[in-house]
Amino acid sequence: MGKALRREVGAEEVRRRVTTPYLRISRLTKKFGAFTALDDISLEIVEGEFVCFLGPSGCGKTTLLRAIAGLDIQTTGRIEQNGRDISALPPTKRDFGIVFQSYALFPNLTAARNVAYGLENARVPRAELARRVLELLDLMGLAAHGNKYPAQLSGGQQQRVALARALATSPGLLLLDEPLSALDAKVRVHLRHEIKQLQRRLRVTTIMVTHDQEEALTMADRIVVMNLGAIEQIGTPLEIYREPASPFVADFIGVMNFVAGTVVRDGAVRLGRTELACDVDGLADGTDVTLAIRPEDIEIHDAGRSAPNALAMRVDALAFLGSFFRADLSGETTPGVLLRADLPVEMVRRRGITEKSILSVLLPPERIRVYPGSTANR
Amino acid sequence: MDHAAAIVRPESSRDDRLMRLFIGVIGLYLVAALALPLGLMLAKSLQGPKEEFVGLANYVRYFSTPALFQSIGNSLWVSILSTLITVPLAFVYAYALTRSRMPFRGFFKTVALVPILVPSLLPGLALVYLFGNQGLLKGALLGHSIYGPIGIVMAEVFTTFPHALLIILAALALADARLYEAAVALRASRPKIFWTVTLPGARYGLISATFVVFTTVVTDFGAPKVIGGQYNVLATDVYKQVIGQQNFQMGAVVSVILLVPAIFAFMVDRMVRRRQVALLSARAVPYEPKPQRLFDLLMLGYCVVTGLAILSIVAISQFAAVVKFFPYNLTLTTAHYDFDQKGGGGWASYYNSIRLAFLTGVIGTVVVFAGAYLVEKARGFALGRGIFHFLAMLPMAVPGLVLGLAYIFFFNAPANPLNVLYRTMAILVINTIVHFYTVGHLTALTALRQMDPEFETVSASLKQPFYRTFWRVTVPVCLPSTLDIAIYMFVNAMTTVSGVVFIYGPKTELASISVLNMDDTGEIASAAAMAMMIFYTNVAARMLHLLLARWLTLRTQAWRQR
Repeated sequence: MGKALRREVGAEEVRRRVTTPYLRISRLTKKFGAFTALDDISLEIVEGEFVCFLGPSGCGKTTLLRAIAGLDIQTTGRIEQNGRDISALPPTKRDFGIVFQSYALFPNLTAARNVAYGLENARVPRAELARRVLELLDLMGLAAHGNKYPAQLSGGQQQRVALARALATSPGLLLLDEPLSALDAKVRVHLRHEIKQLQRRLRVTTIMVTHDQEEALTMADRIVVMNLGAIEQIGTPLEIYREPASPFVADFIGVMNFVAGTVVRDGAVRLGRTELACDVDGLADGTDVTLAIRPEDIEIHDAGRSAPNALAMRVDALAFLGSFFRADLSGETTPGVLLRADLPVEMVRRRGITEKSILSVLLPPERIRVYPGSTANR
Repeated sequence: MDHAAAIVRPESSRDDRLMRLFIGVIGLYLVAALALPLGLMLAKSLQGPKEEFVGLANYVRYFSTPALFQSIGNSLWVSILSTLITVPLAFVYAYALTRSRMPFRGFFKTVALVPILVPSLLPGLALVYLFGNQGLLKGALLGHSIYGPIGIVMAEVFTTFPHALLIILAALALADARLYEAAVALRASRPKIFWTVTLPGARYGLISATFVVFTTVVTDFGAPKVIGGQYNVLATDVYKQVIGQQNFQMGAVVSVILLVPAIFAFMVDRMVRRRQVALLSARAVPYEPKPQRLFDLLMLGYCVVTGLAILSIVAISQFAAVVKFFPYNLTLTTAHYDFDQKGGGGWASYYNSIRLAFLTGVIGTVVVFAGAYLVEKARGFALGRGIFHFLAMLPMAVPGLVLGLAYIFFFNAPANPLNVLYRTMAILVINTIVHFYTVGHLTALTALRQMDPEFETVSASLKQPFYRTFWRVTVPVCLPSTLDIAIYMFVNAMTTVSGVVFIYGPKTELASISVLNMDDTGEIASAAAMAMMIFYTNVAARMLHLLLARWLTLRTQAWRQR
């Protein structure tokens, strides 16, 4: 790998980076006629960060990426990159490299020619250019494939060529638009890791759009969860998973149980006739709330029903998912309460749990999230 | 944050400005060569002989003169009749080509496309030889004259057959084998499968073919001119008013009336085609017919008869051109090829035609492809692109004669600085490119839309000017389509009569016009000889196109192979 690609980081730069964001998006709104695709988006991204825009299709994540690239410029709002206002600039005047789901490799040019495309008329001497292309291809593990046309390469190889092409001009910002969606599952997992490693080495600020939560969780430094044109939550993968800010985020990331309840007092919520201890987040007594807990956070309790936060539940169905069992549980004393719990294989065997078993199910207070409003069981 | 509420005005880049400039340049060409002449013609139809405004007086006179407005009925009658005959004939032929396993399907497809390569005057000439007053098969008409609706319809069926065939072939090719398998699994009978799967699938193709045939016939000038006799139709009326009576205002009135069915048919056709796209499913499995002895034999018989009919029209023309006096004196002679001694423009007209076809093919392809690229890939500038696209689609609805007459008004006006072009080769090229603009434009758009729309984005992110990507990527990838546009322009420039009949000059007479003029002076054998020269030139051009396409594929399209 060449020096030109690596950004040496001094202490001074680190300090500057912490204080001023590399990309600052303020109050961005994009309208297509009467439809609001982006609704008052504000976001700051630090230099060298890997940020994922995550959300269901139509949530506005791609629109936001295209606004940052200058492809579909926002209706109102401001984008600053490295202290420069780029709000109204055309793509050619912005500083970014981009990789699409379709790769968009020029089909009539070889892999090496594709990589060289952005360098060829940048007054780079021929020898320097050839060296640089080789270096990039080597970096991507494609040194042997430089003379092949895109159609002769596998999907994963094409994606790497596209990545090398985008990085060739050393852009300050790398934009990835669902770059892995068109690949086989195995190649995808492998490339995920590779892209992340590469990004760490080059320290290039990266934004990736994806609808795949696993991709976002494994790759991103921070995730921006979007829904209906607005940001639902910004946080590290762990924050997003552990402390989802809204039922939408809780439901969209991973698997989540939702149960309707009512706040009885600070620190307690009633489900039917049972009271559960949990953090009610300052909600007033009598507020209808939705409790959320992940299947893997549900514990099976040894003691009798008297234990705090324990519910007697019956196993309705038990599905073997390889590394664990997923149990569908319904409340014995709390009718209408349905939960999914992930139970270790070993425990199911040891306790002899089968369908119709009655279990004492423990919901650890620190694992329960409470949201205002009663969303029905999902 | 006050600035946040302000609407962001996207800045345009150098690329944007350049692309808009080029759209403007080509757009200006379309305005000058299409919109302004047509507008002027519309205005002329509202003027009296001294160019004074007379409102609808010309139209009132038109509709109160039976000799004139009868042509509307005549035009509709021969058009409807030709359509009703051509479309079923073409459908069965297309069905045979796609749904049977008869032998020589490729050969029969080629034979069916022969009429595209000849001027629409040629079938008229051949029919005169076959069924004319001294014709070989005159008795077959049972006392009716070939000069009139019978001749026109026969000639039009010949001319429009390949156009209908190509559209229906495309529709039948979309068949999804899974539908047929499902029908067979449900034990549907063959006729039932035909009525419930095949026909509905080809529905839009049939409608589209119907309107294309109708428009072609209603606007065709060649066949009624040669074989229409005293049977007046709208197209020949325009010609007679302008050339015969020098009544330009009435010529403009008839032209406007001729525009109505053409524009109507054009709009229906566009609507139908838009629907057809939605019918295509990406998961469709192509249908492969299975051999069936009797059915395949029947289909082969049909194609042999139809193919022979087409070839005999061409063969008669060629035969008549090389004998002294067909069919009475069959001594071989080259006298009919002594064009310089005949009523037409001589051999010079043939070379003029080749020049015109070559220039139209080359310049037309560049202009059309560049125009389609700009209108498809430019950023923003929605209004300008919309107007451009409309102008590019308009020529399809404008009959050649109407365009030609509009050119007289526009380019012959003393006040127009462009009148230096009048009666030059340049104006013929300008006219012919516009005349056949739409099909080329659509071909180019189809090719461009098959390319990844993100090529331009990637290129912009790499700070490359658009013209570099256009030249390095777009043009090479679209090369096969640009060749198709070029050959289409060439062939049509060779055969067209209607577009250029009003605007050729003494030094720019064309082969197709010579055919017309020699027929007028009774030198039918020479007319047939010249028409066949056009045919052979087009065949040669097609073969050259095929070789060139193959060579280029090997040379530059290596990347298509896996």
